[in-house]
Amino acid sequence: MGKNDQPVVSMSGITKRFLDVTANRDVSFQLHSGEICALLGENGAGKTTLMNILFGYYACDAGEIFIKGEKVNLSAPKDAISRGVGMIHQHFALVASQTVLENIVVGTASRKGIFLDLASARQALVRLQERFGLQIDPDARVWTLSVGEQQKVEILKALYRDVDILIMDEPTAVLAPAETSDLFNTLRSLVQEGRSVVFISHKLNEVMDISDRIVVLRAGEVVAERKTSETSARELANLMVGRELLESIEKTERAPGDPVLNIKKLNVLNDKKLAAIADLNLTVRQNEILGMAGISGNGQTELSEVLFGMRSPSQGVIEINERSLKLGNPAASIQSQMGRIPEDRIGTGLLMDLSVEENFILENHASAAFQAYGLMKSQKIHNFSDRLIKAYNIKTAGRDAITKSLSGGNLQKVMLARALAGEPSLIVASQPTRGLDVGAMEYIHQRLVEERQRGAGILLISDDLDEIFALSDRIVVLYEGKIMGEAPGATASREQIGLWMSGVMA
Amino acid sequence: MIRFRIIKRKPLPGWAKIVIPIAAILATLILAAIPILLAGGHLWKSYYYLFHGALGTRYNLLETFVKASPLLLTGLAVAFAFRAKFWNIGAEGQLLAGALAATVLGVNMGSIPPVLVLPVVIVGGFFAGGLWASIPALLKTKLKVDDVVSTLLLNYVMIHIMGALLFGPLQQPGSSWPRSSAIVEAACYPILMPRSRFHLGIIISFVAMLIIWFINKKTTFGYQAKAVGTNIRAAHFGGINTTSVILWTALISGGLAGLAGVGELCALQYRLIMDISPGYGYSGIVIAMLGNLHPVGVLFSSLFFSVIIVGAQTMSRMTGVPTYIAEVIQGMALMVMLIFLLFTEYKIKVQRK
Amino acid sequence: MIAEFLDLAFISGLMGATMRMATPIIFAALGEILTERAGVLNLGIEGIMLMGAMTGFVFTYSSGSIWFGVFAAACVGMLLGFLMALLSVNLGLSQHVSGLGITLFATGLAMFIYRLHFGSPTVPPIIQPFKQVALPVLSKIPVIGPGLFTQYTLTYIAWLLVPALSILLYKTTIGLKIRTVGENPVVADTVGVNVALTRTLCLVAGGALMGIGGAFLTLAHQNMFLIDVIGGRGWVAIAMVIFGNWNPLKATIGALIFGFLDGLQLRLQSIGVVLSFHLFLMIPYLLTIIALIGVSRRAAVPAGLLKPYRREEKGG
Repeated sequence: MGKNDQPVVSMSGITKRFLDVTANRDVSFQLHSGEICALLGENGAGKTTLMNILFGYYACDAGEIFIKGEKVNLSAPKDAISRGVGMIHQHFALVASQTVLENIVVGTASRKGIFLDLASARQALVRLQERFGLQIDPDARVWTLSVGEQQKVEILKALYRDVDILIMDEPTAVLAPAETSDLFNTLRSLVQEGRSVVFISHKLNEVMDISDRIVVLRAGEVVAERKTSETSARELANLMVGRELLESIEKTERAPGDPVLNIKKLNVLNDKKLAAIADLNLTVRQNEILGMAGISGNGQTELSEVLFGMRSPSQGVIEINERSLKLGNPAASIQSQMGRIPEDRIGTGLLMDLSVEENFILENHASAAFQAYGLMKSQKIHNFSDRLIKAYNIKTAGRDAITKSLSGGNLQKVMLARALAGEPSLIVASQPTRGLDVGAMEYIHQRLVEERQRGAGILLISDDLDEIFALSDRIVVLYEGKIMGEAPGATASREQIGLWMSGVMA
Repeated sequence: MIRFRIIKRKPLPGWAKIVIPIAAILATLILAAIPILLAGGHLWKSYYYLFHGALGTRYNLLETFVKASPLLLTGLAVAFAFRAKFWNIGAEGQLLAGALAATVLGVNMGSIPPVLVLPVVIVGGFFAGGLWASIPALLKTKLKVDDVVSTLLLNYVMIHIMGALLFGPLQQPGSSWPRSSAIVEAACYPILMPRSRFHLGIIISFVAMLIIWFINKKTTFGYQAKAVGTNIRAAHFGGINTTSVILWTALISGGLAGLAGVGELCALQYRLIMDISPGYGYSGIVIAMLGNLHPVGVLFSSLFFSVIIVGAQTMSRMTGVPTYIAEVIQGMALMVMLIFLLFTEYKIKVQRK
Repeated sequence: MIAEFLDLAFISGLMGATMRMATPIIFAALGEILTERAGVLNLGIEGIMLMGAMTGFVFTYSSGSIWFGVFAAACVGMLLGFLMALLSVNLGLSQHVSGLGITLFATGLAMFIYRLHFGSPTVPPIIQPFKQVALPVLSKIPVIGPGLFTQYTLTYIAWLLVPALSILLYKTTIGLKIRTVGENPVVADTVGVNVALTRTLCLVAGGALMGIGGAFLTLAHQNMFLIDVIGGRGWVAIAMVIFGNWNPLKATIGALIFGFLDGLQLRLQSIGVVLSFHLFLMIPYLLTIIALIGVSRRAAVPAGLLKPYRREEKGG
């Protein structure tokens, strides 16, 4: 790989503040042509913000940016794109209702002036597809594509714009292992042509696998820079977190008790009316954490929605504590003594514009404890809120503080406090630590294990394998709405689980 | 080059909630100078007559309360609905429905004990407005029909229902005008102050304001409506029956607008005419927004509006500025208030590059 | 009575009336499609149409040139569209509320200016309105010719605008940008499309169409300005946009159905069918609501509609 001394990107002294939070402080970053540089750091370290600044999406408060030796002033993404910088965000920037071709050509010049020239765009696209082996039907509507295919559309979109500096934000989070290795092959072929790639990730193994050089960010600052060949996953972990990671969580042996959740022959359709869950059978017992692993989009969301009463299954029975659950009714799920932690905190779990207190009572405001004859018992509600804020050590200005003023970790604590307040016999936690920093993550894990000790049965749905392995007494893998396999948490091998996750029976 | 960006600011202290509406009203009055001057009005004289006309004499002051009553009710109706994100733009039609029901009941109720007549008329008007509002609520919750459009269109349906009835079964025998017979005396709102039109409806609207404030603040229903308005998916997740909350919200909202219609009929007109409402239902939208959807805020903004409307009459008479200045000021007030509210959450940052 | 329905003159007259009554709705609906495709619901439509109707009338009255009136109406529509853009796009205020604010403001302003200009005369001032133009050859087609092809010039312009807007939206790079802004402003921003500018231009252009739609009512359909001249046609246009699934051609079909009912009501009155005309006036609104029930479940709403876009919103 030919590296020049002149970097293609040079950022220096970059500082970016959002209200109280300083996302980047005096950060310097260089990228050379023909290299894959990993930007490593835990959630909230400022990786994405830094790259959004390079992409012209955010304006920095201080600092200088040079692209290909020229000092630039980026006020919008178009300024970056015109200099060959492209960025693929974690949430893809695609219009679901439009075709692949439309998504790719939008914003580019047409040879027919103001009229679209889809025919020659198609030819150019097909040439790119052949060159990089990214096969996608140009006329498919984006919503019909899988996540992996949508990512290919994003890469094609960048290549179509002749991007030679490609930023990818956590690109593997949504991919199966096989798709990940495809992606890595594509990235390697890109840099062989002299392009450069910034690879944002918090996954050590991937970073060690794909990158030439690693820049580690912590709390908005660059803490280290290493050649990949001269470092180790262990060193990187210490740099990233700033202290030793807890190796594992203390968990006492407990024999599983009676079943608290019994799912029989469950069939669920997704929003596109396709099968999301097919003939699923599952049991969770007292004193047990059942970890459900799998790549996102294999039916986990739909399964949790059915359990929460947010979606009606087409067929099947759910029993909680051996009593049949009324389906498609959130109130029935609440009354069944289920602690509910939905994956979409902001959209589903919380009322962001209301107070912390109003979120605490969301599930129980109509219970006799908090109201009589339709009047709210304010004093009892205040006491309840103060107790939860204290017990869960929630950092907030008080029970009347507006919820959206809380940090991600504290938002999740609010939801956890609400879900666990009634000492539920079953807890369904869907992606409970997604997007949280390590401290908050450890806290949530600790609390879930405590609930297990108390006797609750826990269904932990997560696409984070580390979390699954750290917590689970038993692991099942969901693939295309079916259980691919089951293994005891203590003895399961990562290789086996990984194969199941990509749909390989072995 | 200088660039402006709108960015979030830290929350303002509590006093801002009071200062900002006042500042918005002042800014509106300053802006109103433009149309006044365009109309050739003398600025200070115009403002003097505006306020003198509304507040200067006992009669005028009481007239301002008379005007505020329907505005307060329609403002509350809209605010209550908007709080649950039920986009009720149909207060005008609901007001007419209330007036229509009150007419039917008020004209034909000679035979029941007089003390019962007024309660029946009021309750009937409330339910007529409420039921008319529940149609778009049902369409929204059951059939996903956009509530903005359906409530707007239903206003026109109600106007034409009223027109058909006033040219048909409800027309005063022997009259060629589209107007009904007069309601019986027992159905009229009593006048509470001598030598004025200060009537029972003003008290009713004030009590309604207190009740709505109580519902919002103290009841589980008030909490549920707020949750539905904030994030309907999260409210559903929390076990709230969102359909029922929206239907009840519509019923109460439409009922309040219906009461405004009852008041106009039973206290001022005594018979149904096509022009029973000069657009109170639409003014209610502005009043609700200006009052930040809070019942007390709605009270003050309805008073402000009635000052403008009543005062504009005098101002027009004395200076020749058309009375429609009142509508222009209403529209301006809404926009100024919106912009001011925006800057409680955001600020403009100037960047030089 | 049956015979009268089948009368050729009646059918021809009805077809002509359908086209006439549909014209303002087509203009307004096309304007609204443009703004909603860019992601902005413009509830200012009713007020913009009224201002267009008033301005068109006043300028025609003062200048004697009817086309100058149309031009002025378009300019006022653009100004109000720009005001809507300032509020809902640049400041990012709620689209519902800004639109209603514009309608209330514009309604007051229209009446204020009219009164300022004419005072309160006992006989409303009138202008010499547009004359209908018979298209050569086409208007000679038996049965349908005289009705369909003897129309006001503005009606012919409305017909031409339907394919023009379809081509703009679906066949040009600008149209693809507009649709992308309306579906997902983040996508548009990340491919270098200026979201605020696109939305502003669509609101301004849409406002011009709405203004002309309003002016048609005072310069062609009638020859005077009355306060209730729009009579909810702006809201009907919005309903037609939903009915037509944000597609210019389908919305036009909706507008024609509305125009047909409106025209039928007028024709029936004129041949003396005894039926309360208020009930007839109600039918178009009622049917519009029923049509919405039919389409609302499968509606393909632009996904970015109602969402103000601020780039750094999520960073906070």
